[in-house]
Amino acid sequence: MSILRTEVAIVGGGLMGCWTAYFLRRRGRSVAVAEKGLIGAQASGVNFGNLRIQARVVGELPLSIRAQEYWERFEEITGESCEFAPTGHLRIAFTPEEVATLEKYATEAEPYGLGLQLLDRMELRRRWPWLALAIGASFSPRDGAANPRGTATAVARAAQRNGARIMDQLKVTAIESVAGRFRLSTDRGVTIESDVLVNAAGAWANDVAEAFGESAPIFAAGPAQFVTEPVPHFIDPAVQAMDGSTIFRQVPRGNVVVAGYPRGPSDARSNRAPVAPLKTAAHMARLIEAVPALASCHVIRVWSGIEGYLPDMLPVLGASETRPGLFHAFGFCGHGFQLAPGVGLVLSELIVDGATPTPLRGFEISRFSGGRQTEAEQFRREFDAR
Amino acid sequence: MPEVAIVGAGPAGLSAASVLVEHDVKPVLIDEGKRPGGQAYRSPAPGLDLPIDALLGTESGKYRRLHARFAAIAERLDYRPETLAWNVQEGKVFTVSGPRIVTIGYDALILAPGAVDRLLPIKGWTLPGVYTLGGAQVFLKDQGCLVGRRIAFCGSSPLLYLAALQCRMMGAVVVAVLDTTSFSRKIGAVPMLLASPRTFARGLSYLAKLRRSGIPVRHGVRSLEVAGAKGVEGVIYRESSGEVRAVACDAVALGFGLRPEFQLAELAGCELRYDAIFRQWFPVCDLDGRSAKGLYAAGDGAAIGGADAAELSGQLAAYAVLEDRGLPVPQARLRGLRRGLGRLRRFQRGLASAFAWPHAWLADTPDDVIVCRCEGVTAGDVRRVAHAEFGGSEINRLKALSRLGMGRCQGRFCALSAAELSAAALGRPHADFGRLRGQAPVKPLPMAARLEP
Repeated sequence: MSILRTEVAIVGGGLMGCWTAYFLRRRGRSVAVAEKGLIGAQASGVNFGNLRIQARVVGELPLSIRAQEYWERFEEITGESCEFAPTGHLRIAFTPEEVATLEKYATEAEPYGLGLQLLDRMELRRRWPWLALAIGASFSPRDGAANPRGTATAVARAAQRNGARIMDQLKVTAIESVAGRFRLSTDRGVTIESDVLVNAAGAWANDVAEAFGESAPIFAAGPAQFVTEPVPHFIDPAVQAMDGSTIFRQVPRGNVVVAGYPRGPSDARSNRAPVAPLKTAAHMARLIEAVPALASCHVIRVWSGIEGYLPDMLPVLGASETRPGLFHAFGFCGHGFQLAPGVGLVLSELIVDGATPTPLRGFEISRFSGGRQTEAEQFRREFDAR
Repeated sequence: MPEVAIVGAGPAGLSAASVLVEHDVKPVLIDEGKRPGGQAYRSPAPGLDLPIDALLGTESGKYRRLHARFAAIAERLDYRPETLAWNVQEGKVFTVSGPRIVTIGYDALILAPGAVDRLLPIKGWTLPGVYTLGGAQVFLKDQGCLVGRRIAFCGSSPLLYLAALQCRMMGAVVVAVLDTTSFSRKIGAVPMLLASPRTFARGLSYLAKLRRSGIPVRHGVRSLEVAGAKGVEGVIYRESSGEVRAVACDAVALGFGLRPEFQLAELAGCELRYDAIFRQWFPVCDLDGRSAKGLYAAGDGAAIGGADAAELSGQLAAYAVLEDRGLPVPQARLRGLRRGLGRLRRFQRGLASAFAWPHAWLADTPDDVIVCRCEGVTAGDVRRVAHAEFGGSEINRLKALSRLGMGRCQGRFCALSAAELSAAALGRPHADFGRLRGQAPVKPLPMAARLEP
C-alpha cells in the first residue's frame, strides 16, 4: 500500500475535476484526481455539446461568461482541438407567451453584456429560411458548440503536463478525516491524503458529501439524444426550442445531433442509461416539424448518459457547510458542460484565495438542509412525472 | 397459444415459422428482405428468370423445398416483408416499414437475422468496385447483375469459391480466386471438416470446378491490396512463394468469413460471449437457441453454421419456444436435430481454421488505410488514439475518441478489425479489447417514420 500526499485531492475525473486540477496547478498547488472509471466518460463525454450562455438563470451568467473565454482559448490552453465552433445559439419561440419570455430574459440579461438579438418572424425567415413554426427567437452570438467526447481527456492531459496526478480506474472506497486531513482509501491499494478535497463526483457525489454529514437530493437522469448521417451543411447555429421539444445542431461534417425533453431515466448504480424508442420517435417528429428539410435523413444512432440533477435545476457549487477544506461541484442538471472551465477556475480561487469574484449565490448545498426542496418550473418541463 | 415473433426469413426463420405453424401458433415473421429466403436462398426479383438450379447446384433442392414450405404456410403466418426490426425493448420489437413504425409485442422472440461478411481493411478496399462477397451474391441472386466484368475473389471463405463459380456461370470473367489461408492449413483442418463429409465433399467439388475452368486459385496469399485511381483497376498480392503479382480486374469481391448480426440480441437482453476460434462475439444460448427469458437465437446470427445448420437451429428454437410453454414436443426428433446441428457446427469450427481470419495482418495495416469507412477513420488514427494517455483502452472508448463505428453501419464492418488492430498495437489480447455496446437503431431509421397509433 502506498500513500500519496497532496494539497488537493479531487474525486471525479470529469470536466469539472479536470479543469479544477488544471487551474490549481496554474496556481502552484499539488493536485491528485481519482476517477473510478475513465476520464470524461460520463456526463462530460455524452452530453449534447452546447456551449450556450443564454437561457441560463441570470445568477449563473457571470460564471458562464467567465467559462466561455476558456472554451474560446481551448486549443491554445490544451494544445488540442475540442472542435469548438462559435456558431451562436438560437432560442426559438412557438407562441406569443414564449416570445414575451424571451423579451423579458433579454432585458434581465442585458447588464451582463450577452448582446442578445431578438428576432421577429420576418427576420428569422430571412436569416434561417429553413426554420418552420418559430414566430420569434433570441440569438446569442457568443455561444457555440464543441464535441464533448475528447474534451475532458484533452483537459486531463493539459493538467497532467502542468504537474497534476490524474489517476483513472481508481475508485475511492472510503473517505475519512484524520488529524485535520482527508484520507481517501481506494480499490487499488493507493491511499490519498490531502488538505483540501473537491467533490466533483457527478451523479455519484452524495457518496462523498454523506461522508461529512451533508447531502443533496441528487438523482440521475439522461439526455436522450440521436444523430443523423452526414447531410449537406445548412444549419449554422445551435437551436433550442423554448419548450424543449427539440434541440439540435449540425456539426461541420454534416451530422445533425438532436435532443429534446423530457429527459430519460438512467441508473448511476448499474451504469445504464437506456433510450426509450418512443421518445426517439417523438423527438424525430418534433424535429421535422421545426425543420421540414430534415425529413429525408435518417437516425443512425441514439445514446444517453448519466447526469446528476437537482430539483431546483441549479448545481451545488462552493464550500461545504460541515467540513472546512471540502468543496462541492456537482449536480449541474444537464447544463454543466459549458460551465466547466468556470467551475474549475472558481474552485481554484476559493481554494487558493479563499474567495472568488464570481457570485455563487443559490448554489450552496445548505439550501437542501432539513429536507428543503424547491421544484423549478423548468424541472417540471424537462422531466416526465417521476 | 403464445405470441411469437421471428426476426429473419432465411432458412432459420422460415424453419422456425414452419414448426410453429404445425403446432397452431401463428407467428409474426419480420423480414427485412422483399421476399423470403434470406441470403442463402434468396429468390430473384419477380419476372427475372434466373437459372436457380444451375446456380445453386446440389443445394437447389433445398432452395425449392424451403420456398415451397413458405408457400404452404404463408396463409397461416403474419408475414411482414420489407420490415426492419430496429430495436427490441421492454418485450416489444420496434419495426419500421416504409413510413410506419410498428411495435410488436411477444411472449417469445426468435432472432434469426443471419450474418454479414467479416471484412478486413486492406489498401484500396474502399475504392468503388470493391464489394463484399455477400454483396456480390445479392447483385446476382436478386437482380441477375454482376458487380463487374472481370472480378477477383479475395479473402478467406468457402463462399469465395461458390460466389466465383456463380458469377462465372452468369458470364463474369473470374480473374483469380485469392485465398489468404495456406493450403497446408486447410489440410490440417481436414479431420474437423470430416464432421460433415457431405458438406466437405461439396466444397472440394467447387474447388475442382474452378480448376477445371482454368481459373487461377491461389492459397496462402499475403500483402493483398486493391489498386486503382478512381475505381478498381486490379489486385496486387504476394504468392506463398514470395513472388509479388498483379492481376487486372474491374471489381473485387472481398470476404473473410461471416460475422453474426447480434445487435438485436444484445438490445433484447442476450449476453454475448467471445469465441477464441472465430475471434469474435456470439449471443450466449444453448444448442436449442435459448438465450434470455423469452428470447431464442437461431441460424448464423446465433452461431456460424451455414444454411443447413440454420434450418436445424430454426426448428430447434421453435420447439424450445413450445417446450418452454409446457406444450408437447417430439423428443426423439429434437435429439436428431441436435445431433445434426452439433455436427454441422463442429464442421464450421473446422472451416474457421481452413479459412482463417488473418488477424495478424492488422498489426501491419499501413497507417493510411481506412478502417472505418463511414467516418473515414484510418489505421493511423486508431493507433494514435489507442496509444494516447487516457486514450482508447477498449473498443467503446476508441469509438468515443476516434469516431470509429459512429457512422451508418454502427461498427458492424469495422469494429472487429479495429479491436484487432488496437490490441496488436498495445500488445494486448483481442478479447480484452471488448466489443461495441449495441445502440438502436441497428440500421438507419428514416426520420419521417411515424409511430402507428
